[in-house]
Amino acid sequence: MRKGQYRFVAGFLFVPVALYLIFVIWPYIQTFGYSLTDWKGQSQTFKFVGLDNYRALFQDDVFLEAIWHNILFLIFIPVITILLALFFAFMVNAGGRGRAGGVQGVAGSKFYKIVYFFPQVLSLAILAVLFNAVYRSDGGGLLNGFLIKLGLVGADNPVEWLNEPDIVLWALILVVVWHGVGFYLVLFSAAMQSVPRDIYEAALIDGASRSQSFFRITLPLLWDTVQTAWVYLGIVAMDMFVLVSSMTQNMGAYGGGPDHHSDVMSTVMMRNFLYFGKSGYACAMGVVMLLLTLVLSVVTLRATRRERIEF
Amino acid sequence: MSAPIKETAAVPAQRSAAKVPVRPGDRRSEGVVLNAFSHGFLALWALLIVLPLLWLVLSSFKTDAQIGGSAFGWPHHWSLDVFGRAWHKGIGDYFLNTVIVLVFSVPLTMLFGSMAAYVLARYRFPGNRFLYYFFVAGAMFPVFLALVPLFFMVKRLDMLNTYQGLILVYIAYSMPFTVFFMHAFFRTLPTAVFEAAVLDGASHTRTFFQVMLPMAKPGLISVGIFNTLGQWNQFILPTVLMQPQSGSDPERYVLTQGLIQLQQQQGYASDLPVLFAGVTIAMIPMLVVYLSFQRQVQAGLTSATLK
Repeated sequence: MRKGQYRFVAGFLFVPVALYLIFVIWPYIQTFGYSLTDWKGQSQTFKFVGLDNYRALFQDDVFLEAIWHNILFLIFIPVITILLALFFAFMVNAGGRGRAGGVQGVAGSKFYKIVYFFPQVLSLAILAVLFNAVYRSDGGGLLNGFLIKLGLVGADNPVEWLNEPDIVLWALILVVVWHGVGFYLVLFSAAMQSVPRDIYEAALIDGASRSQSFFRITLPLLWDTVQTAWVYLGIVAMDMFVLVSSMTQNMGAYGGGPDHHSDVMSTVMMRNFLYFGKSGYACAMGVVMLLLTLVLSVVTLRATRRERIEF
Repeated sequence: MSAPIKETAAVPAQRSAAKVPVRPGDRRSEGVVLNAFSHGFLALWALLIVLPLLWLVLSSFKTDAQIGGSAFGWPHHWSLDVFGRAWHKGIGDYFLNTVIVLVFSVPLTMLFGSMAAYVLARYRFPGNRFLYYFFVAGAMFPVFLALVPLFFMVKRLDMLNTYQGLILVYIAYSMPFTVFFMHAFFRTLPTAVFEAAVLDGASHTRTFFQVMLPMAKPGLISVGIFNTLGQWNQFILPTVLMQPQSGSDPERYVLTQGLIQLQQQQGYASDLPVLFAGVTIAMIPMLVVYLSFQRQVQAGLTSATLK
């Protein structure tokens, strides 16, 4: 019996563990090793160069600028998305005419949730094609066409959204926000609805206004969810590969233009790996990305730590 | 379920509104202002979501010159030819490739993920906790960390640009989350049923497939939706692993990769309607799935985040 059980356990674990080891864990570990070599990927010969790749990395202006862009994304993407999502979630859940402030939803709240959430099921590739068309640098682009109609932009000099160094990052942030707001709206909304009704009713009896009940009750009780949202949006901001590589001007390959003004770590890494063929160097970038991700999660969890409220 | 509750809640509200006259600055009038205000903003954002999508679909009916000319204006003639052209220009193949990969990768992910999660959640053996954390830790690391060695690993296995290669990689990279979620789910299932099955003489394997797995159906649906969407929309893994390896190696791009490929070809031979039609074709299954399983999709994706 006992022996049979062990055989069963081993049998069930064998395939999943093997696949996971071969394709996930082992490559993760190998990256650290390769990052210490001058491996070019084509030949199997390479030599150990110690920390040379890391030293070169911190003198590589393109990579340093890419880190800076990731940091900008890390700040603005979560802040804008979470604020908008909270705002809409509040509107959807508390904007109605109901008695118990903060509980009654507006009419059609279900419809809004369905529409807002839809971009989340679309792939980033679809988003890239869509927003390339929206950001077209002539009157054929939706945004330019609209601004020309309003008279805000001259028909003969439309804005090159993806080619202006000062605008391109914002144009990319907008796409991510457009994509994410609905998802976090649904997330926050679910959390808001799990707040017991009698808390709001008690506040109402005590004479709290809608905004008071939002800031004093809803938000503190939602804090855990906001924190989760922050971590997830942080991961999105660290990636950005699909949008940058397919929407911006190619710096050789994998986007990053104009003149590296939109390069992020992932695009620089992929360019070094598949275009320049510097595998060892790309591995070192992967390790730096891991370290920054870990730092990010620790900092977020520490900075946003609050006393947990049970209800 | 929720509709009758709302109605009963609305009736006393109206009755009391009739009794108490509305004074300016009253909470009720504050509610009216807020109501108009919130509807305005909500409707605006809904437009911002829907309009660009509709505009893109509409643009696929236009000609190339029309698209470049002005953002507005209706197509000159409505013809579905462009969708046929898009399908033959590659979208059909990309679509098929994606479906072939997912038909195998999603069910196998669910099978292997639940098997591992079940054993880890229900059986005591040395190394159990270690294995659990071993699986879950994978979710912490960015995929870029593994990319370079992964490429050479798949190359050594001679599986670059093959369906089986991508299927195996998809399964492996979906493991952390699937194991994590299903582990939590199997823990919540009652032990009594399990014991009854064992007492009736069912083998461990049989208990799993005929008793425990059917009971875990709600969890399987949530993770299944999550994995389907995740793998359908995956871009970075196919970009690295699904490039033709030689001149005679056929293209086996998946949909996301193919769309970006089509877009990049626009620089050489401009045929934007075909690109837009391709995007429309790619959006339709997502729209259908989303609208028919709207509740499950939202619940599946958000509960995935919260766990």
